[in-house]
Amino acid sequence: MLGKTANGLYWMFRYLERAENTSRLVETGERIALTRLGATDSEWRSVLQTAGSIEAFDEKHETTTKEAAIDWLLRSPDNPSSVLSAIKAARQNARLVRTALTHEVWEATNSAYIDAKTVLARAVPARDLPQVLGAIRQKTALVRGATHGTMLRNDIYDFARIGTFLERADNTARILDVKYYVLLPSVMSVGSSIDNMQWETILRSVSARGGFRMSYGSTLHPRDIAQFLILDGRMPRSLGFCVSKIRGNLDYLAKNYDIHPPSCENVARIEQDFLNMDIDAIFRFGLHEFIQKILGHFSALGAQIEIDFRFSE
Amino acid sequence: MNDTSTFDEMWGRDDVLRRPYRNFNAWFDVEDPKRLRAKQREAEELFRLTGITFNVYGRAEAEERLIPFDIIPRIIAGQEWQRLCRGIEQRVRAINAFLHDIYHGQEIIKAGRIPIEMIANNEAFLPQMMGVDPPGGIYTHIVGIDLVRTGDDQFYVLEDNARTPSGVSYMLENRETMLRMFPELFSQNRVQPVQSYPTDLRRSLAACAPSKAGGSPTVAVLTPGIYNSAYYEHAFLADQMGVELVEGHDLQIVDGRVAMRTTQGYKPIDVIYRRIDDDFLDPLNFNPESQLGVPGIMDVYRSGGITIANAPGTGIADDKAIYSYMPEIVEFYTGERPLLENVPTWRCSDKDSLAYVLDNLADLVVKEVHGSGGYGMLIGPTSSKRELSEFRQKLIARPGNYIAQPTLALSTVPIFSRAGLAPRHVDLRPYVLVSPEGIRITPGGLTRVALKKGSLVVNSSQGGGTKDTWVLED
Repeated sequence: MLGKTANGLYWMFRYLERAENTSRLVETGERIALTRLGATDSEWRSVLQTAGSIEAFDEKHETTTKEAAIDWLLRSPDNPSSVLSAIKAARQNARLVRTALTHEVWEATNSAYIDAKTVLARAVPARDLPQVLGAIRQKTALVRGATHGTMLRNDIYDFARIGTFLERADNTARILDVKYYVLLPSVMSVGSSIDNMQWETILRSVSARGGFRMSYGSTLHPRDIAQFLILDGRMPRSLGFCVSKIRGNLDYLAKNYDIHPPSCENVARIEQDFLNMDIDAIFRFGLHEFIQKILGHFSALGAQIEIDFRFSE
Repeated sequence: MNDTSTFDEMWGRDDVLRRPYRNFNAWFDVEDPKRLRAKQREAEELFRLTGITFNVYGRAEAEERLIPFDIIPRIIAGQEWQRLCRGIEQRVRAINAFLHDIYHGQEIIKAGRIPIEMIANNEAFLPQMMGVDPPGGIYTHIVGIDLVRTGDDQFYVLEDNARTPSGVSYMLENRETMLRMFPELFSQNRVQPVQSYPTDLRRSLAACAPSKAGGSPTVAVLTPGIYNSAYYEHAFLADQMGVELVEGHDLQIVDGRVAMRTTQGYKPIDVIYRRIDDDFLDPLNFNPESQLGVPGIMDVYRSGGITIANAPGTGIADDKAIYSYMPEIVEFYTGERPLLENVPTWRCSDKDSLAYVLDNLADLVVKEVHGSGGYGMLIGPTSSKRELSEFRQKLIARPGNYIAQPTLALSTVPIFSRAGLAPRHVDLRPYVLVSPEGIRITPGGLTRVALKKGSLVVNSSQGGGTKDTWVLED
């Protein structure tokens, strides 16, 4: 496989994942605004921060309004992580690696792009938001489904999966990075309604309310939430789950190519140093520092993968 | 159809249904126009979803557009096709022999059949190719011969495409779409298949590999990238052939071979089907500014380390000025009369011809010698007085830059319009594969159709569309 193709696959699936994550953040932000529990503007600012684009947003906007934030996250061409930009970039990468994709995956991607371009052609009114976001996620889910159902399990698939899970791990870590303080142990054993709202927001932004309830019942406790999002091996957006998937696919590649690339070391170190402890140890270490450190390691892992597999010259 | 000067391929000149269209017409007669209109929309949806688009040049942001597709097939009888094939094969053989001669002994010039200026002053001539022997002796591995029809038995070659003829993906996708939408038509008509083209192309390219390549040569398609107008086709062909689609920056010369950067290191390539122009191929040997090519690829080529398809320098054979010499070229190399006719052509570099062209500008088609895609041409009969006088100035200023031809009464084929079937002018580009194993012509080719009533310009860049082209088994 061409190094360029590996690069294209990796980014195609990173961008697809990013489109979904951003759309989920918008949905969560809108939900908080409706419950009127938090100070709305500051909530939108924390959403923008989680999306990693608050500086760029501030450069273009004097104040933070709900409308401006939503438009920035959904459609802005100035925001490379907006849902529309991300889907566009995913599709552009798909064109680049067209020969590595099945017909079904390409058509699903192209169709997601055509639809997104149409429904996001102009600002989305609040009342259409749920339907528009739902339609977009359905389309990106179709790409995922087609990938799962039609692609050979070879190096092509490995790079697609590595892109997906690195983006996802990064996204979950960034949510925790912005919201870590609400998860810190507090003197009060029962959270206030504001705490509850914050905790629920975190779970919503990783589509984890149902899964959490199944595992822990209906009482939200910050320690459990942290455990669930960082270490739980069943939760498909937890850091532990994502990293184990990346390791799996890197191992396949290493075996397939008969090499032992440095990126395999990177991922082993992340598992060893960060994901091999229990949640109390993480709190003792310092939740914020933990998240900051692991984010740095994710980014180094991504860079090492690009070198190991000759993504560019 | 009532216009007696135009030959319609379905109704002839006298409104009598022609034989190849019999079955089709019987089907069409009982079809509900509403269903067909829905099918026409469905076809467009399919094309959009598959992403069969082309990028329009000269726009700020590369914009992707669909080429309009018309659901009415163009139908050619098997016998008609066989006759055409003989002519095409003869012409393609002559083109290859001509290229070999031009880059070796130049016998045709010594014999006085072509003036030396035609070669010496021609930008398409590459002195770097003198004395080079391409693997297998093949210069033009993939050729598109543009044909027009003016009557039952009258075909003319409008243009030879010996560099990198495009459009073959439309030929294939058009058929795919018709099969999906109107399967019944293919059980009622025995249509010769085109689907083996990608396999044939790969086999043909592999057969042209350098002798040291061994049993299973590595083939790759070289594209300028996703912003190129024909990128879809490049990806399509690579995909269908099962070979890598590379760009210049994926390639490097490693140990005297052209190699592509893979996830596991550099891997040598034996045959490169390049879809970039000569000028961009190698910044060390041609345009030093080129970012699209591979520095040093020409040196590997000259040492016999790689096959480049088509060979560099083939443009000398499809130049519009050379075109006017094609009858001489065919005779010189095959010793036979040309089976396919050339359109009579005035070379404006010639003083008497220029005078004639200037006197009859309103009746002629004038083309730039190096132009393509329908840009920079004048169609006398449909031009305004002002356009004519502007063009006259250009002609006087640079006569050598132009050729002129009579306006042919191009045949028409029906399209499906709102008012039912309506005749529109068409041309045809059959695709020809050349290898040491022989010459293979895919039955049919790409039919381009001028969708505007009366228009003679079929280029997609100028609002033309395409049709599925059927060659029937007799």
